[in-house]
Amino acid sequence: MASTLTRAVFTKPNLNQVAVPLGNVLVRKQQTAPPPTKEKYGPLADEDRIFTNLYGRHDWRLKGAVKRGDWYKTKEIIDKGADFIINEVKNSGLRGRGGAGFPSGMKWSFMNKPSDGRPKYLVVNADEGEPGTCKDREIMRHDPHKLVEGCLIAGRAMGARAAYIYIRGEFYNEASNMQVAIAEAYQAGLIGKNACGSGYDFDVFMHRGAGAYICGEETALIESLEGKQGKPRLKPPFPADVGLFGCPTTVTNVETVAVSPTILRRGGKWFAGLGRPRNSGTKLFNISGHVNTPCTVEEEMSIPLRELIERHAGGVRGGWDNLLAIIPGGSSTPLIPKEVCDNAIMDFDGLLACQTSLGTAAIIVMDKSTDIVKAISRLIMFYKHESCGQCTPCREGINWMYKITERFVTGNAQPAEIDMLWELSKQIEGHTICALGDGAAWPVQGLIRHFRPELEARMKKFHESNPQRRAAAN
Amino acid sequence: MNLLPNLRRLVQNLVTQRTLKTSSISLSENLFVHRDSAEDNPDIKFEFNEENKKRADAILSIYPEGHKRAAMIPLLDLAQRQHGWLPISAMHKVAEILDLPKMRVYEVATFYTMFMRKPTGKYHVQVCTTTPCWLRGSDEVLSCCKSELGIGVGETSKDGMFTLSEVECLGACVNAPMIQVNDDYYEDLTPETTRKILNELKASKKPPPGPQNGRFAAEPKGDFTSLKSEPPGPGFKMQDL
Repeated sequence: MASTLTRAVFTKPNLNQVAVPLGNVLVRKQQTAPPPTKEKYGPLADEDRIFTNLYGRHDWRLKGAVKRGDWYKTKEIIDKGADFIINEVKNSGLRGRGGAGFPSGMKWSFMNKPSDGRPKYLVVNADEGEPGTCKDREIMRHDPHKLVEGCLIAGRAMGARAAYIYIRGEFYNEASNMQVAIAEAYQAGLIGKNACGSGYDFDVFMHRGAGAYICGEETALIESLEGKQGKPRLKPPFPADVGLFGCPTTVTNVETVAVSPTILRRGGKWFAGLGRPRNSGTKLFNISGHVNTPCTVEEEMSIPLRELIERHAGGVRGGWDNLLAIIPGGSSTPLIPKEVCDNAIMDFDGLLACQTSLGTAAIIVMDKSTDIVKAISRLIMFYKHESCGQCTPCREGINWMYKITERFVTGNAQPAEIDMLWELSKQIEGHTICALGDGAAWPVQGLIRHFRPELEARMKKFHESNPQRRAAAN
Repeated sequence: MNLLPNLRRLVQNLVTQRTLKTSSISLSENLFVHRDSAEDNPDIKFEFNEENKKRADAILSIYPEGHKRAAMIPLLDLAQRQHGWLPISAMHKVAEILDLPKMRVYEVATFYTMFMRKPTGKYHVQVCTTTPCWLRGSDEVLSCCKSELGIGVGETSKDGMFTLSEVECLGACVNAPMIQVNDDYYEDLTPETTRKILNELKASKKPPPGPQNGRFAAEPKGDFTSLKSEPPGPGFKMQDL
């Protein structure tokens, strides 16, 4: 990044972008990056935290939630109408927290069309299964009322008649907490007929899945909710036109919905004031792997990666210098080695500049004792297991990638196969209906991009110790 | 135009260099086809008990008219909870309730990993071995489970008490390594605490679920780094509506 060499790249006639060299690969960045609003991002003050019961130290039920400020003046917010809610969310700059980072205000506004007689639905995606990610679980078991209230507010913004919360089947106790919270809200008249006394009818239902990572993809989730195999649908038609039960539907992540009541109360401006422009707000970070105290924490966006880990997770095991690599946004995102981690900024644009992505902000830390090839190979096994089998590149290709990376673990391969693997991952990426294929290809690409010498060294070592053995490629 | 020579070269390569594998490939640890057995065949009747019939009605009521099929996964889950695992006659019962061809139910029951289509032990021990758990020692936890229970992955103990499975990410990564026993998560494990949990289960006691290293949930062990003050009350810094 230190180099000043820039080059203008024109992808569309009116979109002027610049390329910044990073290593030997060019990364495109938006030229019109807004100036930073602050000098320093993070740590977040306790009073700006949205999830005040993240660690379950307080009562999660209705009484405790009301004491912490949930359900306060919800009626007044609903009475202000859909346009007000959507505008506030747009002003807040909230981007979807499920991984893709689509602007939430815009997504919600797609639903705000004149009705054609079909009911509209809000579907909350609580099928949290991306390795490394466990943020929604904390919301649902310790702050369920934030989600129920968020459903009502988001539902009002879209004109939805009901919300279905699709939770992964393994989260039985979390689903049970949610069900209790929903029942409490019904009894208190906060949802149901004439929700909060606003004259608006809105239902919230729980639906448990049965163990399939692919159901976290929005159209697969809709299929699964309709009682079918969770196989993603071709788009278009998009769910906003034809979704659940053939009706307009919006699928949003738990965290996105759960932060919306607080945004409406404290104002979009407050939320936009946290983090860099276009990456605003607070975010739940999961820090797992080789750190001293793994934890889930709510922090300001754009906090430097190193500060985040050292402040909240007790630092990398054996010190920062013992760091090998980090997967910064859940298993689908490419890993970054230590020298990139040194200056990485935890937000959408900051990680894009490092050729990776914020994803779900689940940080998997690996220290120098890690067999990095094995770690990535294990992730590929995960994707192989979870592929729904609908598209050939994903179903077959991931299996190939798994077989190749397994041989890379011992070094039983030829150096030319590294390029073959890269090509293979490129053949999967973008050639499937949903993003699972991409998610499987990126970890492999990250490994090759940053650990090619390691792979080659293993092969050399293997062939030196097994001179008589022919490589499996032949 | 180049297709034919290419094809010929490919065939030659195959013949000269590659030996074709003839063994069938295994795509999943579970068998997709149903084979009649003494404990699982369509002649064994399955009926929801009275309590579960009420539950089934409550499940069906949350889906709109004409979309009863949406209740498929919850009903299959209910049947599995009643029976301990999911026999084919339970699938037929669900098809009957939902007024669907049996095939539609088979499709769903074979797609999702939580449906156990063969007899399963009283305690289903599921060890997560995906990367975040693996980094923190899930291999040791798994081998501890194997040696302690005396069974391999995918097997059920002879007394029908335990089934051991290796599963993919269960979504408790900051509490890794972890296992799930039926509906409960046991987190922050070491081989010693795993052994303790399994021994208590063997004695038909239920060890308290959750983290086993003194944590309550997903907070950092030791001192809090955030949320140290009392949460603010209603209307804190609220904007004018």
